[in-house]
Amino acid sequence: MVALALAIGAFIGTLCRYGIGQWIGASPAGFPTATLSINLLGCLFLGWFFTIVLYRIRVSPAVRIGIGTGFTGSFTTFSTFSVETVNLVRNGCAGLAAGYVLASLIGGVLFTALGFTVAKRQSRRAKEGTAA
Amino acid sequence: MILWIGIGGIAGAFARYYLGKWVASKSRSTFPFGTFLINISGSFVLGLLYALHANTTVPSWAWFVFGSGFCGAYTTFSTFGYETVQLIEQKRWGLAAAYVAGSVVTGLLLAWAGMIIVG
Repeated sequence: MVALALAIGAFIGTLCRYGIGQWIGASPAGFPTATLSINLLGCLFLGWFFTIVLYRIRVSPAVRIGIGTGFTGSFTTFSTFSVETVNLVRNGCAGLAAGYVLASLIGGVLFTALGFTVAKRQSRRAKEGTAA
Repeated sequence: MILWIGIGGIAGAFARYYLGKWVASKSRSTFPFGTFLINISGSFVLGLLYALHANTTVPSWAWFVFGSGFCGAYTTFSTFGYETVQLIEQKRWGLAAAYVAGSVVTGLLLAWAGMIIVG
């Protein structure tokens, strides 16, 4: 069950990333907007999802791994981030490369923390609701 | 073609999941070695593929299936972010900083190495 869920999630996540990449395309300035958007969106979702299934919504390991590890893990990517950054540097756009790295890292941590905080607040509210 | 990119993604996710589990079973450290090794090795392979595609050794379909599909899904940014925030939540600031800096510096160097090996 876990393997099947992982495969389905990975298939959808990979094609969503590919589709968004094709749709946004390479921006004329060479800044990797598609990968940045994908990675930040994935961080926001994973921060929320892994926290909400821990405290509020009970799901089976297959659902958690299918959506978290399969879908979100495959949707976001680190290797493309690395290659795009090196390409920016090699094309003489060191400033853009630095901006891309900082936006990805700071944004990634902030978006994950935002998802985490929202899920924690939702869990607390649900708990207070049942206690009252 | 789309189907094959998705299948590449499935293979990448399986490699990430099982390699991650295996590393976690071997390591007693709180440092996320699994994702770290996955992300830096995937960056190296994608750097290689990128350069091989740029010099037309690797055809476009293979770049999409193995690059966008396999390497894209094998490596992950969201788990990297999640693990970093977990370390920050546990107030393990040094480990969080080492994880972020180590992943980025090694990932970029290896992607670059993959590109220049090809030339």
